[in-house]
Amino acid sequence: MKGIVSKVVMGAAALGLMLAPPAWAENIKVGAILAVTGPMSFLGGPEARTLEMLVAETNARGGIDGKPVELILKDSTGNPEKAVSFAKQLIEEDKVVAIIGPSSSGETMQIKKIAEDGKTPLLSCAAAEVIVDPVASYVFKTPQKDSDAVRSIYQEMKKLGLTNMAVLVDNTGFGKAGQEQLVKIAPEFNIKVVENEVYDKAANDLSAVVAKIKANKEVQAVVNWSVVPAQSIVAKNIRQMGWDVPIFQSHGFGNIKFVEAAGAAADGIIFPASRLLIASDLPDGHPQKALLVKYKKDYEDKYKENVSAFGGYAYDAFIIFEAAVKKAGSLDRDKVRAAIEQLKGLPSATGIFTFSEKDHNGLTIDAFQMMTVKGGKFVAYPAK
Amino acid sequence: MSTELFVQYLFAGITYGSIYAIVAIGFNIIYNTTGIINFAQGEFVMLGGMIAITLLSFMPLPAAIALAVIITMIIGALIEIIFIRWLKNPSVLRMIIITIGLSILTREAAVHIWGENIRALPYFVGNEITTIGIMGARISPQVLWVVGVCGVMVAVLHLFFRATSVGREMRACAANRLATILCGINPRNMVTFSFVLSAGMGALAGCVMSPITYSQYDMGTGLAIKGFTVAILGGLGNSGGAVAAGLLLGVIEAFSVSVVPLAFQDAIAIAILLLILFVKPHGIFGSGEAARLKAF
Repeated sequence: MKGIVSKVVMGAAALGLMLAPPAWAENIKVGAILAVTGPMSFLGGPEARTLEMLVAETNARGGIDGKPVELILKDSTGNPEKAVSFAKQLIEEDKVVAIIGPSSSGETMQIKKIAEDGKTPLLSCAAAEVIVDPVASYVFKTPQKDSDAVRSIYQEMKKLGLTNMAVLVDNTGFGKAGQEQLVKIAPEFNIKVVENEVYDKAANDLSAVVAKIKANKEVQAVVNWSVVPAQSIVAKNIRQMGWDVPIFQSHGFGNIKFVEAAGAAADGIIFPASRLLIASDLPDGHPQKALLVKYKKDYEDKYKENVSAFGGYAYDAFIIFEAAVKKAGSLDRDKVRAAIEQLKGLPSATGIFTFSEKDHNGLTIDAFQMMTVKGGKFVAYPAK
Repeated sequence: MSTELFVQYLFAGITYGSIYAIVAIGFNIIYNTTGIINFAQGEFVMLGGMIAITLLSFMPLPAAIALAVIITMIIGALIEIIFIRWLKNPSVLRMIIITIGLSILTREAAVHIWGENIRALPYFVGNEITTIGIMGARISPQVLWVVGVCGVMVAVLHLFFRATSVGREMRACAANRLATILCGINPRNMVTFSFVLSAGMGALAGCVMSPITYSQYDMGTGLAIKGFTVAILGGLGNSGGAVAAGLLLGVIEAFSVSVVPLAFQDAIAIAILLLILFVKPHGIFGSGEAARLKAF
């Protein structure tokens, strides 16, 4: 009896050895810390799905330089403490080549130093400018700069002759960073901030604060800078009060779900965003068009949901990672880091990336396209 | 402050307030029959909204809401029968931990069923931009639905506890459990019934508020905290007190926006809670004597 047992065990062990990938074919390990569930799941969900899709696609092609990519995905639930412990785990235990994420600016700021100390490239999918300003040598980010979004909004406000605005932001890292930039850049455009409020990311009715800013007769426009569903509530509350003030929102509005949530109140909201949202409307020959149309189609076929700008940020991070590994010809973290800084004119979902030692974002104001909502769909602004 | 702005704040406050009050009454119903706080109360609100949204693709809105309320009531009953009924003389702490566990369990189940996205029922009348004018202020008709439905629920509940025999038996059970048994009433059935009742109320509130506040798998926690604050303010177990305290808290929150930044809104609610607990530990409308009579 004992003999049989040991034979079975041996057999199973042998089978296990056969099934396991041979240890000498080196996998390219890439970590990802994304808020797949929780209040930030609007960001992390599409990001995680995009990465899984891209990794599967890359491996089907034979990997990067013949090496398969292994994605180690961690769900931070938007919690900075979790992001910190996952970052340490990925760097020290899993020994990943680079980390993609986190989804939110707050989490990214918490693990910035860990990536620096661990000498591991971090490709953040979060927007706040403080992530790359001042530049930290291992920290990069893919979303457009907040300040460029602010400038795009102010340029439109100027054109419409609006000078007094109310600023409403959510209390996430994205919201706070946006508020800072909005207030800082306003004087450049002779725009005055006449109301300035912060709302909770879990807020479920904001009619009181909307009533307050509406009562201020000086307000000519509302800038609603947020990345959470509550931004749709602001738009609804404004319209429900019968207030037809122009509403400007940030690139954080670039998810069709926010439009669905705001329903008819979303119509006419003006915001800067990635071209991904209007991929098929781009002129033929635009350097991003082909890849955007393919990404949108692949993603929507695979997951039966609309592509969002946030998934695009993870798309960028992976494309940059792939290009850098190829360029470096090595899986050495330092060489990959140096290779990222040398990438020039790399077209991706959000824009065309050109990095340098001083620029760890790689995008210009041109990565933004002004958009609006018409009949529940994103269209280029001004709407035709 | 202009009248228009005053009315606008008042309506915002009444909207928050009625929702808080309904959650608080849900706490009270179960507290009265069992002596525990059911921390899964907010999850009933979430379930009501979510189930109705799912059912909406198969049937018209009123039917979807009615069925969602019934399904949530059944879930409430099942929760009580499976997790609570068979416990013999459980300690208060154990019961509280069970309800917290149930709340987490429900939330996790919800994220698996419905995903992490926000959803919403359509507006009962008009759409997102429909507005009606009341004394110079402009509000969404849905606000009237929320306030109206909450008001009717409170009235019906009051009648139920006063005028029906089941209601009276539940009150008896709340007043003295031992005496109820001696009268031939089975308090265990009353406990099940209290879960059904508070699940149903929560679910209906979840449906009427969904167009305004959206429904999301994790909305229950925030509501439970506010509802708990209101239940304590109004005096645990006192439903009339819960209505008054709910409206009071909602209105204070709304008007606070005019003097302090919005970011302090929640801090104000908590500060009031602490103040009341120091000055009048049994709530504004609760009585210390009644609280001492509880087994709690």
